[in-house]
Amino acid sequence: MTARSRTASPATARPPKVRLTTQAQRTNRSGWLLVSPSLAVVGLVVLLPFALVVVFGFSDIRLVDIPYLGTEPIEWTLDNFRGAMASQAFWGALWTTVLYAGLTAVGSLAVGLVLALALRRPFAGRGLVRALLLVPYVLPVVAAATIWRTMLNPQYGVVNAFGRAYLGWDTPVGFLSTTTADVWGIPVPVALLVVVLFDIWKSAPLAFLFLTARLQSVPGEIEEAAALDGANRRQALRFILLPQLRAVALLLLLLRFIWSFQSFDDVYLLTEGAGSTQVMAIQVYTELVTKADIGSAAAFGLLMSLILGVLLIGYVVLSRRTDES
Amino acid sequence: MSGARPTRAARAGRALVVAIALLWSLGPVAYGVVLSMRPYAEVTRDPLGLPSGLDLSAFATAMRDEADGGFGLGRFVLNSLGVAAGTVVLSIVVCILGAYAAARLRYRGRALTNGIILAVYLFPGIVLAVPKFVILSRLGLTSSLIGLLIVYVAATVPVALYMMRNFFLALPQSVEEAAIMDGCTLGQLLVRVVLPIAVPGVVATAIYVFMIAWNEYFYALLFLVQHRERWTAPLGIAQLGDFQVPVTVLLAGSIAVTVPVVIVFFLAQRYIVSGLVQGAER
Repeated sequence: MTARSRTASPATARPPKVRLTTQAQRTNRSGWLLVSPSLAVVGLVVLLPFALVVVFGFSDIRLVDIPYLGTEPIEWTLDNFRGAMASQAFWGALWTTVLYAGLTAVGSLAVGLVLALALRRPFAGRGLVRALLLVPYVLPVVAAATIWRTMLNPQYGVVNAFGRAYLGWDTPVGFLSTTTADVWGIPVPVALLVVVLFDIWKSAPLAFLFLTARLQSVPGEIEEAAALDGANRRQALRFILLPQLRAVALLLLLLRFIWSFQSFDDVYLLTEGAGSTQVMAIQVYTELVTKADIGSAAAFGLLMSLILGVLLIGYVVLSRRTDES
Repeated sequence: MSGARPTRAARAGRALVVAIALLWSLGPVAYGVVLSMRPYAEVTRDPLGLPSGLDLSAFATAMRDEADGGFGLGRFVLNSLGVAAGTVVLSIVVCILGAYAAARLRYRGRALTNGIILAVYLFPGIVLAVPKFVILSRLGLTSSLIGLLIVYVAATVPVALYMMRNFFLALPQSVEEAAIMDGCTLGQLLVRVVLPIAVPGVVATAIYVFMIAWNEYFYALLFLVQHRERWTAPLGIAQLGDFQVPVTVLLAGSIAVTVPVVIVFFLAQRYIVSGLVQGAER
């Protein structure tokens, strides 16, 4: 960038001599002109709310205070954070959320990887199969949850009907309300696992898409060279393909963890938090809507974003390192 | 040519994986479709049975207005359509400008603005729901579809910017350079040169934005749950689930709001997918 005097003529008048000297400035001006609507949206609806959530987190404010907002001085307090840290609900929700997000991230990556590898080589109808695998990802979450709730319903759901008819179940299983059940003596968090499975079902197609895109750009010669050197198919997969996928797999793992960490819809629509599936997002919603406590909801949210922020920084550092190598 | 050609066992294994994958992906959807076409009494009596005939009355019941003995989904669909269409128009106009600047113009501060936008894309979420709810209810917009529209535009701008930038980057730059040589202004350049060749990308992004707005549930619940007149389709279906509504009607409603999205997505699938996964190829 050159630092020239600001004597540029208006963009409309363009005598050839001035045009050269103001090229950079005009680019500057048009650049800012074009991004300003985007920045305005981001600023007004993302950055400003973020500043406010910090203020709310440190103040005593409830839903009934909204009409007086901006007319009264803020009552600063640390109570929201003290309350969150001291509450059983917070730590319980945090653990549930980490478990939920972690299992979902690993699961959807694994399913996506199997699909991508299975569909790597061309076969008749591959395009159609690929498209059909995307259906769960495209489905509105409400529709998907309605279908799953019906499927798992204790009275008329197909899973329980099947289990009782063919698998010898004595009583129907409340998949979405059972906290833990003993399966061969091992306690299993039923409802949480069902929610995880649902999320894997919905999100694995995205992982599949990313992995497929990456696989397609692996040059075929590497594999051929490996085959000439006597590598078998398993070795080619282990030593040639998987290392190529590492960066995108890591990205997918992290993104899915971040998204699931703050996911509300999937869990709420399936269980409404029953069966010990109270994740952090539901906790924030409860604080805000049921308890009408804006300050506390903001504090819960801020603690959530703190954890996510650490993860994001970790990701940036990691991706820098892989870029360099 | 290739010594690593799949064996017969490998091919059979792959066919098995593909079959299981299709069953896993489509099984629940097929189940929902089948159930929506069976009478409710039959479903409760024989959950594993197949439809005895084609009974589409559940769809009509779901769509009809409450006054006609239905559940008003038709009106909810109209609400959803309005909000989603508004979101698409606003979000796309904003993003065409921003994404073009991000892709092509080397202005000062470009790295910073791109960084902010990427950070916002990666860090959306529930945390901002609290202040957004407070601001909009202070402005008296939380009980209206306008408030929802504002939130949806904000939610879709980052991802739309990201997708559209990828599309612009993939366009050949030479045409634009030639147009600039000929003395095109920036506005002319955008409208007459860039947009015509970027149409597939714009359409794909628009469809993706539409899907996000059409499927959204959380903010609709937060803002409009008390105002049945203004429920969106997802909120309507979820709320009716808490009432004594036959499950076949709920499923019919779910299928009805799904079909348009799925069809449109598949028409533009190639473009949407390439916009989403660009950058993953590296």
